[in-house]
Amino acid sequence: MADLSINFAGIKSPNPFWLASAPPANTGEQVMRAFDAGWGGAVWKTLGDPILNVTSRFAAVDLGTYKMMGLNNIELITDRPLDVNLKEMYEVKKRYPKHALIASLMTETKEDWRVLIKRCEDVGVDGLELNFGCPHGMCERGMGSSVGQEPKLITEITSWAKEFAKTPVLIKLTPNTGDITEAGLAAVAGGADGLSLINTIKSIIGIDLNKMVPFPAVAGASTNGGYCGPAVKPIALYMTAALAREQGIRNTPISGIGGISNWKDAAEFIALGATSVQVCTAVMHYGYRIVGDMIEGLSEYLDAQGMKSVEELRGRAVGAYREWGDLDLGHKLVARIDDKSCIGCQLCVTACHDGAHQCIFTGREEKQRPPHAHAHGNATPPTPFRVGAIAGERLPWVDEPECVGCNLCQLVCPVPGCITMQEVPGGKHETWNDRTREGRTKLPGGIHDV
Amino acid sequence: MKLQAGRSEESLPDKEAYTAAEAVAEAERCLYCTDAPCIQACPTSIDIPTFIKKIASGNIRGSARTILEQNLLGYSCSRVCPVEVLCVGSCVYTGWGREPIQIGKLQRHATETVGALTSLYTPKPKNGKRVACIGAGPASLAFAGYLALEGTEAIIFEKRSVPGGLNTTGVAPYKLKADDSLREVQWILDLGVEVRTNTEVHPASLVNEYDAVFIGVGLGDDSKLGVPGEEGPGVVGAVDWIEQMKLGTAKAGKRVLVVGGGNTAIDVARECALLGAEDVALVYRRTKKDMSGYAHELLAAREEGVRLVESSVVTGFVRDAAGKLVAARVKTGEAEREVPCDLVVIAIGQAKLRAVAEQLGVALDKRGCVVVDDNCRTNQPKVFAGGDCINGGKEVVNAVADGRNAARHLLKEWA
Ligand SMILES: Cc1cc2nc3c(=O)[nH]c(=O)nc-3n(C[C@H](O)[C@H](O)[C@H](O)COP(=O)(O)OP(=O)(O)OC[C@H]3O[C@@H](n4cnc5c(N)ncnc54)[C@H](O)[C@@H]3O)c2cc1C
Ligand SMILES: Cc1cc2nc3c(=O)[nH]c(=O)nc-3n(C[C@H](O)[C@H](O)[C@H](O)COP(=O)(O)O)c2cc1C
Ligand code: SF4
Repeated sequence: MADLSINFAGIKSPNPFWLASAPPANTGEQVMRAFDAGWGGAVWKTLGDPILNVTSRFAAVDLGTYKMMGLNNIELITDRPLDVNLKEMYEVKKRYPKHALIASLMTETKEDWRVLIKRCEDVGVDGLELNFGCPHGMCERGMGSSVGQEPKLITEITSWAKEFAKTPVLIKLTPNTGDITEAGLAAVAGGADGLSLINTIKSIIGIDLNKMVPFPAVAGASTNGGYCGPAVKPIALYMTAALAREQGIRNTPISGIGGISNWKDAAEFIALGATSVQVCTAVMHYGYRIVGDMIEGLSEYLDAQGMKSVEELRGRAVGAYREWGDLDLGHKLVARIDDKSCIGCQLCVTACHDGAHQCIFTGREEKQRPPHAHAHGNATPPTPFRVGAIAGERLPWVDEPECVGCNLCQLVCPVPGCITMQEVPGGKHETWNDRTREGRTKLPGGIHDV
Repeated sequence: MKLQAGRSEESLPDKEAYTAAEAVAEAERCLYCTDAPCIQACPTSIDIPTFIKKIASGNIRGSARTILEQNLLGYSCSRVCPVEVLCVGSCVYTGWGREPIQIGKLQRHATETVGALTSLYTPKPKNGKRVACIGAGPASLAFAGYLALEGTEAIIFEKRSVPGGLNTTGVAPYKLKADDSLREVQWILDLGVEVRTNTEVHPASLVNEYDAVFIGVGLGDDSKLGVPGEEGPGVVGAVDWIEQMKLGTAKAGKRVLVVGGGNTAIDVARECALLGAEDVALVYRRTKKDMSGYAHELLAAREEGVRLVESSVVTGFVRDAAGKLVAARVKTGEAEREVPCDLVVIAIGQAKLRAVAEQLGVALDKRGCVVVDDNCRTNQPKVFAGGDCINGGKEVVNAVADGRNAARHLLKEWA
C-alpha cells in the first residue's frame, strides 16, 4: 500500500485530501465528521470581521442530467463570531491532532492581520491560508480578489503575515487575473510557504428571461458570483501547472483546488505539481463520504503504477507540459473508424464537414475535395468498400491524406473506442522553435505575398 | 473444476455484460442517494451507491471490495438475484417513472472484471479455529469464505460431484451457467477453503472435531403430484430435470407441460421454450395473481411463447402400451381433457432435508426448517445453519447473508 501522507511546507496530513475553505468547513461539528469520514485536513471557512449574507446565494449549470456541473455563489466569508470559530478549531485540533487544520483569513489593516493571525495560532492551527481570492462582495471592500489581482498588494500583505506568523503561510490565489504566475511570484516574493489555487472565477450563471434578473436572484437583483465545480477543473489544472513549472515557484508547495470530485481528478492535480488538493463543490453535492473512494482509488492507482508514495507522483506530468513552440510538427495522426462498433450516427461526418477539414465521407461514390485540400484530385472511397457491422452502408470513411488529425470526430463520437487516432509514421521531428532558430519561420502565402 | 462439453445448457443464451465504457456511463447516472433504498432492499446490504460511484471513478478494485465485503458471492448474485424486486425495484428512479439504475449489471461488471478474490485479499494467518460445513451451496460458501479470510480453517462436505449448490445445478442458464458458478466457487476455495465432493458425512462426529459446524444442505427432492401414471419416463421433477439439463444432456420435449406456479416452474418453462420445445404450457391450479413466481419472470416466459393455463390441475397421465407418455389429464373446473405431451415437469416444491439436522440434535419447525436465532445459531451452540434449509427456499442472496452473519458472529465470539 502506497504512503498517502504528505508534508506540505511543514504541515503534516495523513492524506492529500483537504476540505476547501467553504461551507463544508464552516463548523467544528462538520470538520470532525469530515475527519471521521477520512479527510486528511480542512481549511476552515474564511475568518474575519463578521459579515451579513444574502439569500439566495447559489446557482448552478447542469449538463444534461448531471446536476451542478458548475456552481456559482455570492456568499461571503464566515457569518459566525470569531470566538465561536476559534473555540471549535481548538476543540478539533485537540481531538484530531494528526489531521491538518488550517485557518483561512481575510482582513484589511496590518494590525487586523496581526491580531487575527495571533488568535488563530493560539488555538493551535497548523497553518494559515490568506484568502486573496474571493471575487464577489469582499473584493468590493478592497479584500479578496482585489488583493489577488494586485501583485504588489500580494507581496505586501504576505510579508506582513510572514512577519507575524509562526506557522506556514499559504496564499490562496484568484484565477481572475491575466497571468497567474505573476501572482504566484508575488506571493513567493512576500515569503509565502505555499500557494493554494484556484479560488472561484467571476461569473454570471444565467438570466431569468421572464424577470430579467440574473441568478441567483436576491429580491429582484443579483451580482456576479464565484464559479467552481467540475466545469472549472481545466482552468485550475492549467494554473497549477503554470505555477509548478515556473522557476521561481518550483520549490513552493501548491494546494490544488477546482472541480476535484474523485481520486482521478486529484491524481491529475498532483501529477501537475500539487502537494495537497482541496475540495468544495463535490462535498457540497455528495457529502464527506466521497473521500472513501478518493483515498482507496489514489492508493490503488499508486500501487498499480508501482509508486510508493504521493510524493512519487507529484509533478510527474509537469515536464510534458511545454510551450507550443516545442511541440513536434512532424507528428501526424489520422482518424480511423472501426467498422464493427460504428453505429452509423454520422455525427463525425457533420463535425468534420462543418467544424474541421471536410475529410469524412459516406457512400460509394468519389467525392470532390474541398477548395483548401492539400491532396490532388478526388477523394476515393476505400476498395473494397467497407460495410459496418451495425452501421451497414452508413459507415463513414476518412479521406486520410486530408485528415489533419485534430481529434474532433473522436470527441463527438458517442461510441467509446470507435474512432481512434492512428499515428502515421515517418514524420521528421521538428518544432517551431527549431525553425525559429534556423530562420525558417516564413511560410508561403503570407500577408505580403501576392 | 471443468465440466464436460455438450451439456444442454450450453446452447442457451448468456446475459449480456457491460463494456467498461457502458458501465461507466450507467454508473454516472446513479444519483448517489443518501440512506439509499437499494441498500435497504439488498438482503446483504451492499453499499450500492458507493460501489457504483467507484465504477464511475475508475476505482474498479475498490468497487468490487465494497460489494464483496458484504457479499462474498457478489458475482453470482449480480447475475441471479431477482433485482427487479430487490435493489433495482427500489431505485428512486423507478418511483419517478424513469429507467432505474441497472445495479445487477454494474455489480457483475465490477466483480467479473476483478475476478479472483485473492487479487484483492490475502487471508490472515491461521487463528487456530476449524469449522466444517455440510453442503457446498451459497450459504456454506459464504460462511467458509468469510471465516477463511480471517484465518479459520474451513472444510465443506458436499454430497454431489460438483460444489456450488443450486448456483451450479439449479439456476437458469440464461442467468448463470454452471461453469460460471464453478469459477466463483474456485475464487472462494482459493482463499484456503477445502471442499470434499461426493461426500455425504455423518454429522454427529463433526461437532467434536470442529469448533463449529454449519448446516447448508438446502432442500431435498422434488415433491410429487401423487396421481396415476406419474412413475415412468416423461414425467420428471423440476429441480432434477434442471440439474440434468445443466450438467448433462437432458432435452426439452416437443410438447411440454410444466406443473406449478412458482419461479422454478417458470424457469423450467422458459428453459424448455429456449431449448426449442414447440409448445410449452404452465399448468397452474389457481389464477395468475396467486402465482408465487415473479411477474417479471412470467412476462419473460410469455414473451418466449410459454402459455399459461390457469385454474387447472393434472389428475393423471396417459401412457401407451410401451409405457411412453402420451398425454396428461388436465382438469379445469369440472371439465377434464387429455392434453397430448411428451414431457411433464413437476415444479410444486421440494421436500425438506431433515436427516442432517436430526442427527445433530438440531430443532426443526413444523415445516421442517432448521430453527435458528438472529445469528443463524441453532439450539446446539456449536451448530449454525443458513440458506434454504432455514427459510424453506428463498434466494441465493439470502443464503449468502445467513452464511456471512454466522461467520461474523463466530469471529466476534472468538475475538
Ligand atoms: C430451480 C431453481 C432456480 C432458482 N433460481 C434462483 C435465481 O435465479 N436466483 C436466486 O437468487 N435464487 C434462485 N433459486 C434459489 C437458490 O438457488 C437457493 O435459495 C440457494 O441456492 C440456497 O442456497 P443453500 O446454500 O441454502 O442451498 P443449495 O444451493 O441448495 O446447496 C445445498 C448443497 O448441499 C448439498 N447437500 C445436501 N445434503 C447434503 C449432505 N447430507 N451432505 C453433503 N452435502 C449435502 C447439496 O448437494 C447442495 O449442493 C433457485 C432455486 C431453484 C430450485
Ligand atoms: C459557497 C461557497 C463558499 C465559498 N467560500 C469561500 C471562503 O469563504 N473562502 C475561500 O477561500 N474560498 C471559498 N470558496 C471557494 C472554495 O474554497 C474553492 O476555492 C472553490 O469552490 C473551488 O473548488 P471546487 O471546484 O472544489 O468547489 C467558496 C466556494 C463556495 C462554493
Ligand atoms: S440546503 Fe439547507 S440551508 Fe440551503 S436552502 Fe436547502 S434547507 Fe435551506
